[in-house]
Amino acid sequence: MSEPILRIVNLHAVVAEDQLEILKGVDLELPKGEVHAIMGPNGSGKSTLAKVLAGHPAYEVTDGEVWFKGENLLELEADERARAGLFLAFQYPVDIPGVSIANFLRTALQARSDGEVDIFEFQEKLLERMQLLEVDPSFAERSVNDGFSGGEKKRNEILQMAMLEPDLAVLDETDSGLDIDALKVVANGVNRLHEERPDMTVLLITHYQRLLNYIKPDKVHVMAGGRIVRSGGPELAEELEARGYEEFKEVAGAA
Amino acid sequence: MPYNETVANLGLEEYKYHFITKDKPLFKAQKGLSEEVVRQISAHKEEPEWMLNFRLKALRIFQSKPMPTWGGDLSKLDLDDIYYYIRPQDRMKRSWDEVPESIKETFERLGIPEAERKILAGVGAQYESEMVYHSLKKEWEEQGVIFESIEDGLRKYPDLFREYFATVVPPHDNKFAALNSAVWSGGSFVYIPKGVKVDVPLQAYFRVNAEQMGQFERTLIIADEGSQAHYIEGCTAPVYTTDSFHSGVIEIIVKPGARFRYTTIQNWPHNMYNLVTQRALVHEGGHMEWLDGNLGSKLTMKYPSCYLVGEGAHGEILSIAYAGSGQHQDTGGKVVHVAPHTTSRIISKSISRGTGRASYRGLCKVYEGARNAKSNVQCDALLLHDTSRTDTFPYIEIEESTANVGHEASVSKIGEEQLFYLMSRGLSEEEATAMVVRGFIEPVARELPLEYAVELNRLIELEMEGSVG
Repeated sequence: MSEPILRIVNLHAVVAEDQLEILKGVDLELPKGEVHAIMGPNGSGKSTLAKVLAGHPAYEVTDGEVWFKGENLLELEADERARAGLFLAFQYPVDIPGVSIANFLRTALQARSDGEVDIFEFQEKLLERMQLLEVDPSFAERSVNDGFSGGEKKRNEILQMAMLEPDLAVLDETDSGLDIDALKVVANGVNRLHEERPDMTVLLITHYQRLLNYIKPDKVHVMAGGRIVRSGGPELAEELEARGYEEFKEVAGAA
Repeated sequence: MPYNETVANLGLEEYKYHFITKDKPLFKAQKGLSEEVVRQISAHKEEPEWMLNFRLKALRIFQSKPMPTWGGDLSKLDLDDIYYYIRPQDRMKRSWDEVPESIKETFERLGIPEAERKILAGVGAQYESEMVYHSLKKEWEEQGVIFESIEDGLRKYPDLFREYFATVVPPHDNKFAALNSAVWSGGSFVYIPKGVKVDVPLQAYFRVNAEQMGQFERTLIIADEGSQAHYIEGCTAPVYTTDSFHSGVIEIIVKPGARFRYTTIQNWPHNMYNLVTQRALVHEGGHMEWLDGNLGSKLTMKYPSCYLVGEGAHGEILSIAYAGSGQHQDTGGKVVHVAPHTTSRIISKSISRGTGRASYRGLCKVYEGARNAKSNVQCDALLLHDTSRTDTFPYIEIEESTANVGHEASVSKIGEEQLFYLMSRGLSEEEATAMVVRGFIEPVARELPLEYAVELNRLIELEMEGSVG
């Protein structure tokens, strides 16, 4: 096993507003280049974990450590985490009216590069990435997520991931709201990107097993009650699909 | 012939006298407003009698009208503590060294060319690229286009001037229109002949021998039948002036079938009261667009308006207002439908940051007989902080049952979610804020000439620095 790119130790986090504890001691290691999935019932803290990793201001970390590429992730602001190579594909991406996807992506690339981003190389790459995700070239000129369908929003997230080339991509419920064809396109995109950049680590957060039919994880973790309660191979996902989360709810309740 | 007589016959005395009046002050600028001051201004400009009488009448109107109690807070505006006329020469005496470092730095960061910086700071006399200007001027002259300072307009084209002057904004329109009518100085006089299309925008700072942007600028524009032109006043760079009061009047006559666009972007010092009356009279089938950007100032009250007096006339008012901490932008637009089948559109975008306040104040009036008039108003406000404020005062007066008037207003607070989303892609909080703001004003900004849009974007980035936390 190679050196973990992400190491989470006993992570506790609360909602900043009311101090309600959501993460109650998460432990997780992601070796570089592997694909892991976190599954769990609604309210288990999966999405909170994703947001806490990305540095969402609505949450406060009260205990624990997170190490990303040897750096203390919790000391970095959200934008610094992104520039360090962390990417979060949002479950509910927000609209940025009046800002085109092309402009947005170029600004984001610019933010993480020292020199100027070459406009021609950028255009070429963007076009190629859009083809991969089967979106029309006119997509780049649309305002970010403004008036997008659920499927378009998710494709836009993966397009951003494809352009920004992170070291660690956290995909928060990317499968939700997608029909099966769109799901295949998105999953295919993720697989291609991972083939291209085998060192990229992927953390899939999902409620359902169906995404894992298309993106094969190296490991599956079950989250319940704000903790990782079980870890295993891909077969764990199938087991969950068959038996549901009931037993884990009990585990979490007892914890 | 005695030597003295010869000299006298040459008429040099007259020349000399003229020279002296131009260069040495015949009167010392004094604070406050009186008939004496108005007479001095008129005499100094060597105006015809009718203009002096016009000014004096306007002064009486100004004095008889109460201060407006609506709009912004004018209680701290002391009209007795203002110089009503400063000769251009005196304005020019300011040196580059006196320009505050903060302004110089902003010029630098906006990428304003060296030569333009001096003009913007009021220490240079004319636009550097005179060659460009001259070739344009020649082209315009060949087309019969008149583009002069307002003073030269009155001097050189007295009849045309008198026919239209103060016909769109008469002195009794409002207290500050009256004030401007009494003490106006500086501004442009533009005439576009019938059927002439001017491709290159007429830019106020191209105008040679113009007085610097005055406190009481007055602009009169006539777009004759079927003509087309675009006039640009100002730019996004901060205006450096020691004046604390600016009250302009802009009058535009759009004749049948003409299309005219007036773009103004102004970034005033933060202690400035900026009260401007901008109005266009649009005749049959004419098309008028106001594109208005208001930044800076302590208080701006400005509502560009279109009076649609000819059948099928169209008026548009697109505006952006940015209210930083301590600033109040009370802006909007006014469309008055007098004739049938007239159409109008107002899009107003305001941004309030810190303790800034942006108010939209608009009037849509449809007179009886303006059958099938159509108007659409959209005003959107973006608040950057919890302390930022916005209000909307839309007035709609409709006397015509066939009118179709729409009004949409939205207020949004820059969201934690939006900022987090952009920051999670690597943008700093300032960059993220600037991006949201740019996107917000995009529907109006895209109408600007490219270089202005670029400048405006850069300016917004600068404004966002240190705006957070």
